Amino acid sequence: MKTRVEPAPELLSPGHTACRGCGLLVAARLALQAAGPRVIVANATGCLEITTSKFPQSSWNVPWIHSLFENTAAVASGVEAALKALGRQAEARVIAQAGDGGTADIGLQSLSGMLERGHDVLYICYDNEAYMNTGIQRSSLTPLGARTSTTPPGALSWGEVRTKKDMPAIAAAHGIPYVATASIAYPPDLVKKVKRALGIRGPKYLQVHSSCPLGWGHDSSLSIRVARLAVQTGLYPLYEVINGQLTNVKRLSYRSPVAAYLKPQRRFEHLFKPGGEALLAQVQALANANAAKYGFPPVTEGAEAEDSD
Amino acid sequence: MATLMDRVITSKAAVLEGSRAIAEAVRLCRPQVISAYPITPQTHVVEALAQMVADGALKAEFVNVESEHSAASVVLGASATGARVYTASSSQGIALMSEVLFNIAGLRLPVVLTCANRALSSPLNIWNDQQDSLSVRDAGWVQLYVEDNQEAVDTHLQAYAIAEDRRVLLPTMVCADGFLLTHTYEPVIVPTQEEVDAFLPPYRPQHYLTPDKPLTMGAFADPEYYMESRYLLDRALERSQAVIEDAAQRFNRAFGRHYGGLLDTLHMEGARTAVVAMGSVVATLRDVVSGLRDDGHAVGLVKVRSFRPFPKDALRSALRDVDRVLVLERALSPGGVGILAAEVRAVLQGQPRQPAVSAFVAGLGGRDIPVETLQALIARAQDEAVEQGFADLKAELVEEGDEDES
Ligand SMILES: Cc1ncc(C[n+]2csc(CCOP(=O)(O)OP(=O)(O)O)c2C)c(N)n1
Ligand SMILES: [Mg+2]
Repeated sequence: MKTRVEPAPELLSPGHTACRGCGLLVAARLALQAAGPRVIVANATGCLEITTSKFPQSSWNVPWIHSLFENTAAVASGVEAALKALGRQAEARVIAQAGDGGTADIGLQSLSGMLERGHDVLYICYDNEAYMNTGIQRSSLTPLGARTSTTPPGALSWGEVRTKKDMPAIAAAHGIPYVATASIAYPPDLVKKVKRALGIRGPKYLQVHSSCPLGWGHDSSLSIRVARLAVQTGLYPLYEVINGQLTNVKRLSYRSPVAAYLKPQRRFEHLFKPGGEALLAQVQALANANAAKYGFPPVTEGAEAEDSD
Repeated sequence: MATLMDRVITSKAAVLEGSRAIAEAVRLCRPQVISAYPITPQTHVVEALAQMVADGALKAEFVNVESEHSAASVVLGASATGARVYTASSSQGIALMSEVLFNIAGLRLPVVLTCANRALSSPLNIWNDQQDSLSVRDAGWVQLYVEDNQEAVDTHLQAYAIAEDRRVLLPTMVCADGFLLTHTYEPVIVPTQEEVDAFLPPYRPQHYLTPDKPLTMGAFADPEYYMESRYLLDRALERSQAVIEDAAQRFNRAFGRHYGGLLDTLHMEGARTAVVAMGSVVATLRDVVSGLRDDGHAVGLVKVRSFRPFPKDALRSALRDVDRVLVLERALSPGGVGILAAEVRAVLQGQPRQPAVSAFVAGLGGRDIPVETLQALIARAQDEAVEQGFADLKAELVEEGDEDES
């Protein structure tokens, strides 16, 4: 990586039990560094919680609460309401964080409530595209074609048949002041977005694409590269929606074919077997549709990596 | 229903709907964050509180959520941040909250919740029984059942004192029969703010979320630690027995009203048969049992006020000399032998004198429990030991015509 993040006091300590190359822990550590120590964090059940909070130890050097899987947004709402009621609003910014399952599936109602009520909370969804904590089952943010333990390819199946739910659009539809997507492959961008979000009063939604070597089936040394390819292929566009306006779309100087992103991941290996061509073409079509929507260039065959942020 | 019959009604008493009276009590406790989701028969309580907040009569954050699951979660988060909190629900709402209720207790947060007791679906039924709160008896909450609206008011003040006591730090549920109490107008003494402030000091949390002293709450515990944490929860509930008694005594000294601590008894001196019950039916039973006494029957009454913690010693001592016990159940454990009755039988087991315990399910889904039914059940329990019977079952509506009836 050419970029460096300013060293800051470590708020999410090492010693947690996450896998080697875990994108989620990279993302959470960066987000917390950007937020600084004056925060209160509500965390959903999931890999982030389980790997960092095994009694009697804790990786968290900030006030942190875990309640359940699907109620994180409501717990954070309560934290924020209490700070208000007690006149302690200046004391801390409130962050809620959850995985894609805790956000887009089981926690969607609670999140919608928090966004709609206007709580001053930054909600971060760490999107590793499946229920990793329970063994890689599909979520509504699992991408088209992906193998998960509940969307296994088989004689009658080609993996996940649905495309990702457009969670940022759902968040934005609540009329909240800030929605953004980010990726662990672009740390300065992620840090900037966390800081910008925390500078805004009201509900904010940030979705961070976080690779998972175990769940996606790639080498743990490739976590950043794979995440970067998701962006460079146009499959995971990075953008902000500020007060309802799409803005700051991360421009691509060239666009890699989706195969470059899919190939290093075992969850997509069946797409490269005989018969997988149609599905592969569908995934490419999704990237092309994003390109049309966000103004990305056409695919440059053979292009991969080596770009700037 | 003969409520308040033994109690002095002063000129300060106002005639209030039960829900309104409960809301007044909650207001006087100065909760800082309130969150609730509407469900009959709880609605009037939270509507009244919303109005108080809107009028500036109560300074609190009132969070209108999208479900009971979130209502419980909001007060969980607020309590963890150091606020005094309040929520209320009934029936399906309690069922939907149940996951969070367990979690709140495990986190040892002194949340206070009013359960306006109502039957559970299916079939849908909005009327009273106690299936909702009894179904979450193992959540780890203190559960107090009240008999009339004055007790409902006064028990809310005690509930905060119990929940926030450093020997306890447990959530507390005040269970008031839906409609029978919540929608009934009764004369109620609403204490003054000064009186309540003197009884209930502001909440001073020991541990709470703040960047000034970062704390991890809700860590996960593997097999090396989980069991001890549950043991400590059990110990806290056991310790709360003394605190519930204390709160009732202290309340009596401050306000001159007493409902018993863990339980209350009537005519138990020399009683050979005891009726054990919870909630508003106790008010009717006071009349029935007193009448039977007047007619020379050795019948007494035990009101279980605290179902959790279960008053094991107090109950053993209250039932020490009786031959027969009739337990009235306003809930059902399908396929079981009574919820309250099973616990009564369990605590009596191994006692020198083992009374025959009859259990009768009565008044489910708002079915009236008339005086004559109670009299008949008591007479029957004096004759035989019924493992579990159903009072006033309509034979023509059930396939088996030979169900227990009385
Ligand atoms: C009510 C409830 N249902 C199911 C679970 C089991 N569960 C715990 S974490 C999890 C998946 C988490 O997936 P996600 O939110 O995507 O987070 P990740 O672990 O992938 O980071 C599931 C299904 C639970 N804890 N609670
Ligand atoms: Mg996930």
